[in-house]
Amino acid sequence: MTQTDFKPPAPPKEMLTIRPPKGWISLNLRDLWLYRELITFLTWRDVLVRYKQTLLGASWAIINPVVNMLVLQFIFGNLANMDTGGVPGPIFRYTALLPWMLFAQALGSSGRSMLSNRGLITKVYFPRLVVPLSSVLSGVVDFGISLLVMIGMMIFYQIPLTWAVLTIPLLVVLTLVIALGVGMWLAALNVLYRDVGYILPVLTQLWLFISPVGYSSASIPENLQLLYAFNPMTGVIEAFRWAMLGEATATLSLQVVISVGVGFILLVSGMFFFRRMERTFADMI
Amino acid sequence: MTIAVHVENLGKQYKIGIAPQGRGNYNTLRDTISNAFSRQKRLAAKKPDNLIWAVKDISFDVEQGQVLGIIGHNGAGKSTLLKLLSRVVEPTEGMMQLRGRVGSLLEVGTGFHPELTGRENLYLNGAILGMHRSEITRKFDEIVAFSEVEKFIDTPVKRYSSGMYLRLAFAVAAHLEPEILVVDEVLAVGDAEFQRKCIGKMNDVAEAGRTVLFVSHNMSAVLRLTDESIVLEKGKMIMRAPSAEAVDYYLSAGHARAGEKVWEPADIPITAAPFSPRAIRIVDNRGNIVETIRSTEEFTLEFEYDLDAPITGLRVGIYLYTARGEPVFTSFDTDDARMFNTHTERKAGRYVSRCVVPPDMLNAGRYTLGVNASSYRIHRYFAEERTLEFNVDPAGAPGMHWTEPRPGAVRPRLDWEIEKVE
Repeated sequence: MTQTDFKPPAPPKEMLTIRPPKGWISLNLRDLWLYRELITFLTWRDVLVRYKQTLLGASWAIINPVVNMLVLQFIFGNLANMDTGGVPGPIFRYTALLPWMLFAQALGSSGRSMLSNRGLITKVYFPRLVVPLSSVLSGVVDFGISLLVMIGMMIFYQIPLTWAVLTIPLLVVLTLVIALGVGMWLAALNVLYRDVGYILPVLTQLWLFISPVGYSSASIPENLQLLYAFNPMTGVIEAFRWAMLGEATATLSLQVVISVGVGFILLVSGMFFFRRMERTFADMI
Repeated sequence: MTIAVHVENLGKQYKIGIAPQGRGNYNTLRDTISNAFSRQKRLAAKKPDNLIWAVKDISFDVEQGQVLGIIGHNGAGKSTLLKLLSRVVEPTEGMMQLRGRVGSLLEVGTGFHPELTGRENLYLNGAILGMHRSEITRKFDEIVAFSEVEKFIDTPVKRYSSGMYLRLAFAVAAHLEPEILVVDEVLAVGDAEFQRKCIGKMNDVAEAGRTVLFVSHNMSAVLRLTDESIVLEKGKMIMRAPSAEAVDYYLSAGHARAGEKVWEPADIPITAAPFSPRAIRIVDNRGNIVETIRSTEEFTLEFEYDLDAPITGLRVGIYLYTARGEPVFTSFDTDDARMFNTHTERKAGRYVSRCVVPPDMLNAGRYTLGVNASSYRIHRYFAEERTLEFNVDPAGAPGMHWTEPRPGAVRPRLDWEIEKVE
């Protein structure tokens, strides 16, 4: 290179030093923040792609919860005739299905996210936490669509809105936190053990029945209430019913406190576990 | 000058059985559980033989604005080194320092989704490669123009031809502006015209003062784009030299007996008796057995065989095919009438039939050798169609200053005259 066409180099940036990882690594949330645009892009991609080449498109976001509601209504309402505290069965169950479907979808897609994004992970560097995080977020759009049916049902059953409805965004965040916490554990494990792919549907199915979706948590025997509340979805679902329908169970505040606590523990432990496993992802996947 | 990349004793170890990019090589829970109870397997998992170093003890510095080539044969550790540099995998030992943003192009079109349109994929791919939304929007028109797919920008890429797909993918990548660019083989996409454009773009990148690490099997691209190269062999860095020297070394290093086929007694059909092939090899003009020869240098084909009994009228020869199976030529050791008359009978013993293939004969590409030993119209003793494969590197061949691929199996250096007649 001759002196004449030499351009002065840009001011030297700080050196990034990379060494073999040792022990437990930090969460490196700063890096995650730098890549926030990628999170929105991947979420946007998941949303765009989800209903492409489907005949009914985004109406699946309505059909799914409605069919689920009918099934649960038939089993828990018509057959088992479980008490709903005076609320009409269909709306009682549909209300619970809103956070539940959001949770189940977020859990499933984040649990599978590392494998479905294998092509990215083996070719490009970015904080791997971006992957489960963006897949969890993409469920929010479906949630929004299924909320429309909820509004229709509230008009139909003439259920008045209360101020409590303003807590819904917080409850959505809590749902996502729980799903992400569990999802990160499963996503990391899925890289090591493909068994996770088979466990996921069973886990979701079982979890549905130990959550107050088809029935009210008030139907649980007194001595099991505390144990029951340790399912973090109990608090979320009951709080949702309270926010939408104005009906609160006696133990609601305890349930919500436990739900937040468990959700937080799942999130932090999931993040650390995921980061710990992260170093082997590109080798193993 | 400022050091942009500093690598010190870098090493990456893989467990055998955990393939670096292998599919279907994953564990199941069942394996882990059963291994935990099996003492033998547990010990086996800890045995050092199950660990291999994909790269080890790599140290080098790259100055800002330098374009460094990385060359080596398959399995030499090039890809692992690039993955380490682009931070896709983490090192097992050693350290590296990078100054500025690293853009890696380990393949083009990473993250492209077939259902999304060209426009959508352009944004997505840009974000994946580390561009900001505003940056993509600013360069959008330029990228689309570069890719030459303007008309189809709102069509899902699953309806693109593979050429259009690659052009769009490369266009995004080419407009990345990281301080350090790590590139793997991606120049080998698209048609000749597009390749020329890509190489031009790569030159711009280097001239703009950015650092480029460039891996390729295409020696002429390495020579054109890089001043200096490192040569990897079996995970070790064995040379760092000006690219011309490094490429010479790479092309001439007798490596791993590729370029030779040795027959075991069990491989030889009984019907071949009394003819018994021993080996065929490709020898370059320095006497090394090689898998890759240079188009501009002569090389020797050697066919070694035993005769357990005398044979009359024997001719031993080769067939040369292109990788696609088109015949290039056939030649026998007694083609020459004089040779035919002086070798009417070959006595029992060991022989080598050897011929020199002149320089400036074969075009770039991969070729297959077949062998034949027969007595014309009497008996075919031994014939094998795909005996040995080898590569021809075109560095220095006629017309290499144009980057377009030349059709045809031969690439002769013809004596052209340009005469002004009017």
